[in-house]
Amino acid sequence: MLKINNLHASIEDKAILKGINLEVKAGEVHAIMGPNGSGKSTLASVIAGKEEYEVTEGNILLDNEDIEELAAEERAHKGVFLSFQYPVEIPGVSVTNFMKTAINETRKAKGLDDMPAKDMLKMIREKSELLEIDRKFLSRSLNEGFSGGEKKRNEIFQMAMLEPKLAILDETDSGLDIDALRIVANGVNKLKSKDNAVIVITHYQRLLDHIVPDFVHVLYNGKIVKSGGKELAHELEAKGYDWIKEEVNA
Amino acid sequence: MSKYTEDDLREELKTKEYEYGFYTDIESETFPIGLNEDIIRAISKKKEEPEWMTEWRLEAFKAWKEMTEPEWANVHYQKPDFQSIAYYSAPVAVDPNKTLDDVDPDLLAMYKKLGISVDEQKKMNNIAMDIVVDSVSVATTFKKTLGEKGIIFMSISEAIKEHPELVKKYLGTVVPQKDNFYAALNSAVFSDGSFCYIPKGVRCPMELSTYFRINQAGTGQFERTLVIADEGSYVSYLEGCTAPSRDENQLHAAVVELIALDDAEIKYSTVQNWFPGTSEGKGGVYNFVTKRGLCEKNAKISWTQVETGSAVTWKYPSCVLKGDNSVGEFYSIAVTNNYQQADTGTKMIHLGKNTKSTIISKGISAGKSQNSYRGLVQVGSRADNARNFSQCDSLLMGNECGAHTFPYIEAKNKSAMIEHEATTSKIGEDQIFYCNQRGIDTEKAIALIVNGFSKEVLNKLPMEFAVEAQKLLEISLEGSVG
Repeated sequence: MLKINNLHASIEDKAILKGINLEVKAGEVHAIMGPNGSGKSTLASVIAGKEEYEVTEGNILLDNEDIEELAAEERAHKGVFLSFQYPVEIPGVSVTNFMKTAINETRKAKGLDDMPAKDMLKMIREKSELLEIDRKFLSRSLNEGFSGGEKKRNEIFQMAMLEPKLAILDETDSGLDIDALRIVANGVNKLKSKDNAVIVITHYQRLLDHIVPDFVHVLYNGKIVKSGGKELAHELEAKGYDWIKEEVNA
Repeated sequence: MSKYTEDDLREELKTKEYEYGFYTDIESETFPIGLNEDIIRAISKKKEEPEWMTEWRLEAFKAWKEMTEPEWANVHYQKPDFQSIAYYSAPVAVDPNKTLDDVDPDLLAMYKKLGISVDEQKKMNNIAMDIVVDSVSVATTFKKTLGEKGIIFMSISEAIKEHPELVKKYLGTVVPQKDNFYAALNSAVFSDGSFCYIPKGVRCPMELSTYFRINQAGTGQFERTLVIADEGSYVSYLEGCTAPSRDENQLHAAVVELIALDDAEIKYSTVQNWFPGTSEGKGGVYNFVTKRGLCEKNAKISWTQVETGSAVTWKYPSCVLKGDNSVGEFYSIAVTNNYQQADTGTKMIHLGKNTKSTIISKGISAGKSQNSYRGLVQVGSRADNARNFSQCDSLLMGNECGAHTFPYIEAKNKSAMIEHEATTSKIGEDQIFYCNQRGIDTEKAIALIVNGFSKEVLNKLPMEFAVEAQKLLEISLEGSVG
């Protein structure tokens, strides 16, 4: 589904990604771990198409199509979803209104009419139950005054609504207490299928106890320096990242 | 397509032409340019006005000659040459006695272009319209339905003839002839406008609406609106404005007076999209308007405005809260783009006891425009327990525009409670990217963010106006963020 070849990317002439290779197949869950500043969030932004980053080498293929020339919204229309580490506030725009706009814009791009209001309502009801979201929450301005946990839960709610092919969860566990973590992970697990894929970016093992990865990759200094199964995450949890840095620098 | 640069956006913005920029070739009768006593007498005579009205105009003219144009506003423009403007222009086909069916087909075609076909309005909407093209009120619909309730809704010229006692009693009582330079000019030369009277205890069953349009080249539009809500009555009044695009600046100096007697309520909503000038800052309307309302005991006046047009706007819809327990409200969205300049806000004058006022102002600036909020909250010495809440929010797009806030507070009574909140924000790249990532393109994202920002005010507009206002916001700002 996703194939990243020798990806180099920089921001304001500063190289951040220095040759990433990654293949994610449908039905798989990949975890990307690594110390602060290793380029994890940059990788997520580059896949999603954030303009500030310049791809200097390599390419990103989604279903064998090079998506590098596509604008962020076009990638979204093709099923790329990013759960933001720091979701932005949009005052005066309700969660419902935002979702309605997002869904209908995506449908429009596919040549479909707006989703009928009653279908939308039904979908909102189902997905908000899945994530144990109170109806009142949906009428609030997007992320405005939300707690850290509410913001993250809202991100996963949006993921549920948009039903992406490829979901990238950028530190979705930060700011979550144990209960919220369970709800969010539960939601993600229920949305998982043989047709979609998830990339989980995290510092810690604890989210991976709930969303169990098929592969774990360690990103360090703009490169994937180690890959393994879920046991690699346990090893990192126990030993930290220093041994990896030493291995790389040796 | 991956990059959407400032240049792309700017290019796209250029192609968004002013939608209402057509000129309809209707035979007009236009007075020679210039202003003197003879012209004023001629206007008055043309309108078959009684002697007292002519004198009233001349008095205003005398005062105006001694006055100078105000310069305190945060706007810079070339002063109009008041002697090179024609002060009266009327489509000759108009005869006030004609019914709607007799109206010049060219005029009706023009309304169609404006999307306000009178015929349609009449049938489809529950709105009574008074349409002012250049200076003359062309047709007033729904007169009969309103008449049954004793509501008077007609052009001010007709009202001067048919209801002189009401006009004489109230005209100039809220905005005196000598109030300010533009109000004095308007008082001297106003050629038409709307008049509305709601009798005691009557709730006006429909929205009353006036549509203004400047058509003729080289003319100024000086309409005069007078709305009187008698004791315990209610009326909601809508005003929309458009003008053809022209290279030269057209002057618009209107006066609106509202009188809410005891226990009455007036809602006055405006959507203003006069021609804003070209993207290089050429042409556009100078919009110098005086709007003020007087509240007697327990009365309430709400001003709601969406200002997207005009090259220069100078406008402060205000409330004089004279009666005890009276309420004044001001809800405003002012959008400036390219080289537009707006200096707008309100005055809340608290004179009575327990008076309350609310000010919500949303300024949106893009391009190289300047957008200023200017407001005065004044509490008189006898206004015990006066309350005011003001909120002024500014939204900036790009790095070349400006937002300014000039709040003035004068309290002479110790029991006054005045709150002022202000925020300035910028549409961030992060917000745009967030929307993009959810499949919403940049144009739509801006519209969404701006609508969210303006929501508190948009919600105050009557339904059919709110939809139009949202569209206008989108048109005015399309492609203005890089």
